[in-house]
Amino acid sequence: MWRIRLFEERVAQLKRTLQVHGLIHLSIGGEGVAAAVCRQLRDNDAVYSGHRAHGHAIAKGTPLNRLMAELMGRSDGVCKGLGGSMHLVDKEHGFMGATGVVGGNLPLALGTALTQHLNGTDRVTVVFFGDGAVQAGHTGESINLAALWRLPVIFVCENNGMAEFTSREEHSTIERVSDVVAPYGFERTTVNGSDVPAVHHAFARFLQTARAGEGPMLLECVTYRRRGHYEGDPERYRDPVAEQEWAERDPLARLIDFGIGDDLIDGRTADAIEREAAEEIEQAVRFARDSPFPEPELSAQLVYAK
Amino acid sequence: MAREIPYIAAVQEAIRVEMERDPTVVFYGQDVAPSDEDPLVQAFGRDRVRVSPISETAEIGMAVGLALAGYRPVVELLMAEFMLVAMNQVVNEAPRLRYMSGGQVKVPAVFKAGYGFTAGWAGQHTGSIYGMFMGFPGLKIALPSTPADAKGLMAAAIRDDNPVCYLINYLLVLEHGDVPEGEYVVPFGEAAVRRAGSDVTIVATGWTVGRALAAAEALSSEGIDAEVIDPRTLNPLDTATILSSVEKTGRLVIADQGTRHGGASAVIAAEVAEHGFGSLKAPIRQVTALDVTVPYSEPMEAYVLPNEEKIAGAVRQVLGEAPVAA
Repeated sequence: MWRIRLFEERVAQLKRTLQVHGLIHLSIGGEGVAAAVCRQLRDNDAVYSGHRAHGHAIAKGTPLNRLMAELMGRSDGVCKGLGGSMHLVDKEHGFMGATGVVGGNLPLALGTALTQHLNGTDRVTVVFFGDGAVQAGHTGESINLAALWRLPVIFVCENNGMAEFTSREEHSTIERVSDVVAPYGFERTTVNGSDVPAVHHAFARFLQTARAGEGPMLLECVTYRRRGHYEGDPERYRDPVAEQEWAERDPLARLIDFGIGDDLIDGRTADAIEREAAEEIEQAVRFARDSPFPEPELSAQLVYAK
Repeated sequence: MAREIPYIAAVQEAIRVEMERDPTVVFYGQDVAPSDEDPLVQAFGRDRVRVSPISETAEIGMAVGLALAGYRPVVELLMAEFMLVAMNQVVNEAPRLRYMSGGQVKVPAVFKAGYGFTAGWAGQHTGSIYGMFMGFPGLKIALPSTPADAKGLMAAAIRDDNPVCYLINYLLVLEHGDVPEGEYVVPFGEAAVRRAGSDVTIVATGWTVGRALAAAEALSSEGIDAEVIDPRTLNPLDTATILSSVEKTGRLVIADQGTRHGGASAVIAAEVAEHGFGSLKAPIRQVTALDVTVPYSEPMEAYVLPNEEKIAGAVRQVLGEAPVAA
């Protein structure tokens, strides 16, 4: 989680100085879900995500240096600089794709989940999406088809209460996303996304079911979006939260408190994890800066698979 | 060995042959094999042959996910217009993923749909909408005009490592023709010269290929020798064959069932205008559907479509034997 947090804080800095030049959405405040879910998965499990995807990719195993190089548009980027922040793919680590269209790849997750049936494997599929995606047609179609065909897909909704620039009550009369899928009768639950152990336990139970080829399931994690919709968002649509409130919601601070409180970790070790993460990120920035921009001619060579 | 079968049977035969050949080919869609007696279900089982609900976005997006995971899905979409419901999947996910990932993944998926059924199906079921797909790099487009091509292009579409819109012209489904048995592949990007000629090049697509051949026969009695070229796939588009024909004849008429603006005809005309201008002895003429929604009423429907007479008239115009209308 420190790696995600510090990576994204560094990206925000680099964005302000235009060393990262594109459209950037940060997940600060929601890292706990990415960490609790993805760290239980294997490289050959498939994960899909949306436009706020850095945390999911990092937790799934994408190396920070190649991710940073991608955000800086360099040839050593995980997508050679052709995808950028919203279209990350890291096949080697089973990160099968972010999408710039809210909820646009829920149907793709069905396809990958179907192959688990066809191949008879225990390789599961997880798709992350926000509460804003729930009102889109592709989500409804995907949930129906997944339920109908009993596909072993785990839908993970990060409900941060904000869809782009407006709050959930302006998008739907249904507060809880897990209630939206109630009529289908499959397993669903809502947990506090800032409570990392709670997310971990809820997901672990679903994961066991999916490994056995059963599903679908929906895990709703109520999270908090610390930053604007995108980097540079003036956020005129909401009041700044008090630091006290943020401290209560910060999944990282909460996890450290939990770990120290339960004697699972001591303060020095926690600090060391933070320091190591910070060092790794500075190395990633150096790696990205040293990486050349891709040759423009490459653009025409990657359109088609031969 | 070839034998005569209808166009629609050739399409089905290609799917069956490819499913036998490759266990990763799966076939699903609305109303596909609703009965367990269906030959494809009998041959391949319900795992590989599935009926899906009316959920174009989920169906097509699921195909992309299957393809990413190593399968070769063929999705039955019935009418090309139904793809419009799922445009994000057709044009924004399927053809872009390979590119955006820096070449890490491939998306071998076939979106099979019918189009152009100008037989009273009117506004939302008769469009020839493939022109818009030409604007999405990464998405291939096949438009078979004969039963043999219907089989060979479907096989090529399934074997292709890229997403393909494979579009069946519903006016052709009962046309019979010689179709090779067994495995048969027509490579993408190779136009067919349907009739050799020296005076004028007619590039025609899908259903208009037959109309162009009929026009060419009629014109031969006037001493006009027309060459008819069928591109067979719009992406990739075999501009080389078209340009070399125009170099020989010096004149070009394009026949297409789609609308003109933003359509296949406009793209072909632009390619020849830019790269074959020096060969042209007359302005290019386009015989397309009018830029209208296809109407229901029969005479009105016929009025807006290209036909044999309009193609022949355009040929006479480029040969200077008829006045050029505005």
